[in-house]
This record gives sequence, C-alpha cells and structure tokens, in this order.
Amino acid sequence: MQSIYYERARDPEEALRLAQQDGARFIGGGTNLLDLMKGDVEHPLRLVDITRAGLDRIEELPGGGLRIGAAVRNADAARHAAVRERYPLLAQAMLSGASAQLRNMATMGGNLMQRTRCPYFTDTAFSHCNKRQPGSGCDAREGFQRMHAILGASAACVAVNPSDMSVALAALDAVVLLRGPQGHREIALGDFHRLPGDTPQRDTVLQPGELIVAIDLPPSRMARHSHYLKLRDRASYAFALVSVAAALDMDAGTVRDARIALGGVAHKPWRRPEAEALLKGRPLDDAQCRAAAQRLLEGAQPLEGNRFKVELAQRAIVRALRIAGEGA
Amino acid sequence: MPDRRSFLQSALAVVGATQVPAATAATPTAAPAAPAAPPRPVRLDINGREYSLSLEPRVTLLDALREHIGLTGTKKGCDRGQCGACTVLADGRRINACLTLAVMHEGQRITTIEGLAQGDTLSPMQQAFLEHDAFQCGYCTPGQICSATAMLDEVRADGAGFTDDEIRERMSGNICRCGAYPNIVAAIRGVALRRS
Repeated sequence: MQSIYYERARDPEEALRLAQQDGARFIGGGTNLLDLMKGDVEHPLRLVDITRAGLDRIEELPGGGLRIGAAVRNADAARHAAVRERYPLLAQAMLSGASAQLRNMATMGGNLMQRTRCPYFTDTAFSHCNKRQPGSGCDAREGFQRMHAILGASAACVAVNPSDMSVALAALDAVVLLRGPQGHREIALGDFHRLPGDTPQRDTVLQPGELIVAIDLPPSRMARHSHYLKLRDRASYAFALVSVAAALDMDAGTVRDARIALGGVAHKPWRRPEAEALLKGRPLDDAQCRAAAQRLLEGAQPLEGNRFKVELAQRAIVRALRIAGEGA
Repeated sequence: MPDRRSFLQSALAVVGATQVPAATAATPTAAPAAPAAPPRPVRLDINGREYSLSLEPRVTLLDALREHIGLTGTKKGCDRGQCGACTVLADGRRINACLTLAVMHEGQRITTIEGLAQGDTLSPMQQAFLEHDAFQCGYCTPGQICSATAMLDEVRADGAGFTDDEIRERMSGNICRCGAYPNIVAAIRGVALRRS
C-alpha cells in the first residue's frame, strides 16, 4: 500500500476542514477503501478518520422516523431495537451482506460509498475500465458478465452497485444528509447513486469535500410486510446476483401501498413507481406480482453472460412480494 | 521457529526487492508522487499489555501485530478481507485485522489468539477445537477461534438459537480450505451448549 497521512477528526467541522487538503478522503470502517488501496485502485494521499467525530448515534425523529449516524457500524444498526422493530427490511438486508467481521467494521456512510466489485474495475491487470481510468474502455463488455448490469447501463460501464443496505434504504424512501463547505443538503436515496452514463468514474452525486453525516428513515407502515430476498452463488458471504427489497402496506388482504427495489442489476438500486402502482388497491396475487415484476424489468438490456438475470429477477420479485404479503 | 521465520522473511524480502521494478512498470495507474508519511507514535493495548510503537499510518493492525509486535498467532491469509484468518477482537467485537489501520485502534482493547488462554489453561473455545479435532492444517484456526468466541456473545445479544445453520451463517466470514467445517461447527455447538 502507498504511503498515506492519517488524521482523526473530533467533530464534523474538523472533518470538513481536514478534508479540504489535497488528496484527502474520509475513512470509516475502511473495509472497501483500504482493500482498493492495496489493489492500487484508490490512491488517497491522506485519510480523515470520522469514526470518532460524533456521528455514531441513532436518534428518534419527530413524527416516528429514525436518524442513523453515518459512522454507526452496520452490525450496530442491524442489531438496534428500533431498526429491528420498525425497519426489519433494513436489518435483514444488512445482515445478508458481507461477514460478521466486516459488518462490525463497516459504517453506514461507507456502505453508501462502497464501489462496484466488477473484477475489471478492482483488478488492475485489466487495462480497460472507464470507471478506474476514464476513457480507457470496458473489459467487462467482452468479459465474464455474470455479476453485471441488465438495467440502466451505458456503453461506457456495465458495473453494478454491490450494496444490500442501499437496496433496502431505497425501498424505505431513506434520505441522505450531507454537510459540505457550502452547508447542509439532503438527497433522496434514489437520487444519491448515479447511472454510469459517460462518467462512470462518479458513483454518486456527492461533491468533493462533502461528508455524509446521517441517513434518515421516514416513518414506515410496512414493517409487518417486508422481505429482503438475496440470490447468490453461495449461501452466505457473497454479493448478490439479484436481490429484492419488497415492502407492502396491507389492509385486510388488499395492498394499500408497495415498494420494490432491486439490487445486483444496475449501477444503483432499481425502482420504478409505475411498477409499484400496479399493485395498489388490489389483492396481492401472483398475476399482479408478475405484472409489477415485468414493469420493473422493462427495457432490460442483458449482456451475453447475464441473460438469465432478467427472468431470475422477475421470479425473485414475485417470491419476495409473496413472502412480504404473508407477513411477519 | 525464529530461525525458520527469519529465513522466510529474508527470503521474501529478496523476492520482493527483485519484483519491485517490474510491478512499478506494469502499473499505469500509479499514485501521484507524494512525500512519504513519516512514522508516528501509536499506542496499542494488545491482550492487556500496552505497546508504544512507531508506525507509518499505512501499517495495518495485522502487520502491526505480526511484524512489529511479533505476535504471529494472527494469520495473514488473503490480506483482503475475504478469508477471516486475521480475525481479532477489538473491544470484544470480531474484526478483520487486515482491512484496518493500526492507528485506528488506539484506545481499544485488542485481543488476539495469544490472549484467549489464562496462562496454561486454554479458553473453552480453544479446548473445544482440540476436543472436536476442528482443524487440519491449522492456518485458519486462530481466526476461527477468535471469530467463534465473539460469535457466542453476538448470538446471546441477538436472542438467537445455536442451530447448526445459525452457526454456519454466522461463521461464514472464516474460510477453511481443509474443509474442517463439520468439526468447527461441532466445537462451537459444544461450547454454546455447555455455557447455556
């Protein structure tokens, strides 16, 4: 690993100030950043540790929501009583990701910022990756594509976002709270991650020097009817081929409201309100679930190596909705 | 053992040195040149003992343990957070020592495999691994035992049960290439049942 400077911020103000320096990056758990530094993919000059900057609290919001600090560890959020009770979808998604050791280290903010596991990005032996080296091309286009995107990709990049947490947060209409040199701003989770377009080197809309301080969860009526279904190549400790966060607000067998977010298929958690609208005001039956699934997958452009994902995703959606409908 | 170890280290150093120019030439994305960050004082509490070290910030907790303190019980497998051989406890929580910097752990109590026994009395988990023959080559074993030790507390905190499936899921961050999994699960189950 290259040489780096290290500074520990005592509060968010100090973190923002330290981050003004050339080549500075925030570090939380470090599980993704240090891995990419060892692999010669990321090259920060200095790390600003924000794990002791007072961002590690979980607080009640007026009106029944929950604010989870950016430096809260994934394991602690997943184990928190309010998260388990009111947002079991989030707890389930987080516990399906990585390993217990990594979840004890990884932070909420760091999870939002984690980079794709596309092997053509993480392995510098491959010389063409527009995300790692803009303009260099994309080896995945002619490569092994099992783990790649079928929706929202571009000629420049077919990588997927690897986070389970973000898929659940998208379904829960979470909001990301940011602080930067210019002040505060809030971004809906669905707008936080970007589609690759011509600039796949940018995963998110976060600006240089901006710090994620918390994630807000609005009150949810879907706690009793939610399910996170993750399909992968081994039973545990693997990234998703396809994952589904399904949440329903049920009224005596009729769907009052629905959320479906897909993971493992795009550069960001994939949602379409039109698909969710197909379920509203009706009983939850397989035909309706299938129609919603088809709508969510509409326009899918699979690659040679991942055509199976289009059908797999639709079946996963139907199954996740059915399990969510049965209730906790 | 010191002889074999120092021989390996010097041999590796020679290999490393000869490979440096090739590795640099093959890396088009090399970092912009910057002055190296100097070593800084780092105080670590390892197994109840205080260590005052001088470390470059880039030194991982794993390398600090093995190369600077000489506690080689914690193993380096993949060095990329994929195998769990480097699992240690930080304030009782299991973490991968390879994916974290030593300097980030000042003020915490670090426990390694060397810190689990009380003198010559093995910890219940160490004893159970022996009794159940829960290893073959032994390389992943320190990580397995540290991981399992913390896992018992996690299961209790979560109010979960000790089924084999639960143990397997919760231990999935520790890979065993010899495939000693059935006996590892049996050892953990044995300790869990004895304690509850």
